Amino acid sequence: MAKRVGMEIALAAAEAVALCKPDVVAAYPITPNTHIPEHLSDLVAEGKLDAEFICVESEHSALSACIGASAAGARAFTATSSQGLLYMGEVMPVVSGMRLPVVMAIGNRALSAPINIWNDHSDIMSQRDMGWISIFASNGQEVVDMMIQAFKIAEDREVMLPINVNLDGFQLTHVVEAMLFPSQKEVEKFLPDYKPFAQVHPDSVVSMGTLGLPEYYAESLKARDEAMKGSKKVIVRTWKEWEKIFGRLYEPVMKYRTEGAEALLVTMGSMGETAEAAIDEMRSKGMPVGLVKLVLWRPFPFEEIRAAVKGCRSLVVMDRAVSFGACGPVAAEVRSALYDQPDAPAIVSEIIGLGGRDVLVQDFVALAEKGLKAKKGKQTEEYEIYGVRGS
Amino acid sequence: MAAKKGLETWQEITLGNMVFRPGSAAEYKTGSWRAKKPIFTKTKCIKCGVCFIYCPEGCIIQDEQGCFEADLDYCKGCGICSAECWPGAIDMVEEG
Repeated sequence: MAKRVGMEIALAAAEAVALCKPDVVAAYPITPNTHIPEHLSDLVAEGKLDAEFICVESEHSALSACIGASAAGARAFTATSSQGLLYMGEVMPVVSGMRLPVVMAIGNRALSAPINIWNDHSDIMSQRDMGWISIFASNGQEVVDMMIQAFKIAEDREVMLPINVNLDGFQLTHVVEAMLFPSQKEVEKFLPDYKPFAQVHPDSVVSMGTLGLPEYYAESLKARDEAMKGSKKVIVRTWKEWEKIFGRLYEPVMKYRTEGAEALLVTMGSMGETAEAAIDEMRSKGMPVGLVKLVLWRPFPFEEIRAAVKGCRSLVVMDRAVSFGACGPVAAEVRSALYDQPDAPAIVSEIIGLGGRDVLVQDFVALAEKGLKAKKGKQTEEYEIYGVRGS
Repeated sequence: MAAKKGLETWQEITLGNMVFRPGSAAEYKTGSWRAKKPIFTKTKCIKCGVCFIYCPEGCIIQDEQGCFEADLDYCKGCGICSAECWPGAIDMVEEG
């Protein structure tokens, strides 16, 4: 029987990664993800984890080291946040293009300037189109489970793509929670040894990271796109297997009290936990509202979103990033998923919780009320940055 | 990447575009990129090998007499050999 342990979530993420026995961990510290690689470094130093911990001089090198390690057939892990992820930016599409199943934890944090160490989703949104599978956790237990699932999904021969598991900076990374940890044996049974497609090795003949001429580049991207779309099947299968063993179910889109709801809130990441409390409060007062939590960000679960919001009159999509002059990234995707639907709900796009600003139960209530009043075809704003002084 | 059978489809290309046949890059002939080709005048050539050393494509070959010429299957026509040849034995001529 698994043991429930109280621990800081960043440390729990590291413990979960250690259970997966990575061969190589390469990371450079940046708030708020730092405790993840720091703890892995401790485990290696104490002889509890047999891995190569590479103290690199930058995030660019961290991810590059993961490429080399993964190409050599190692199970590789890294973690970062904010500007660190941006510094990895040049290497991000190389990992997915070379189809290397590197796993990364992102302690989501706002971007400079102004400098801000607190949480929002600007970092990952800037790396949205790099060909990585993106998954969002809403609490510590999900972080533990998703870290372990991530290796299995990434290394599946049908997938062979890198994955980032997103955990909100501070709201998750620095919070202490009681979590269930599977045993080493259970993880070994669930997650087989990594069997690389090919290895850079003196005994093998292979060139990786080759030139893609115009005659081949589009086919290469098509193959990656198909792998990304196809990964959803493997993700869902892996999550079902997880539920069978550990009893906790994950789905690309999780619903919370959506039955009979006229307005639905849509959240991604740790906001979902507070939103649940807000929904409970509103439901107890008879307000017909519910919640939809987006767990899988890439590949985007179009069908699942359509199914989850069926029958509701309006959606309030809550983004924690701005695409300046255009949209909230999640709202744009949700709109695009629903545009062709004859019974599509009205969509209110709210950008909220930027740079660590708290999103309270009363904020969810205010937005749900706005959602209940929203009428399709009568929207005057594309999106709003919620709660800004002076507007 | 095979050229003879025609180009592979997206389903046929290897995972991550990995190449498992050493030397297969030679199957891709870069000579078609060329706008000008180098013409070597053997009577002016002093067999110093500067063109051979400077050719970024490695496509200059020494013949039996010790003079040099370009393998036009791969020469991209960059003109570096011509610029470096101080006796002026290499002229760049427009492709016809």
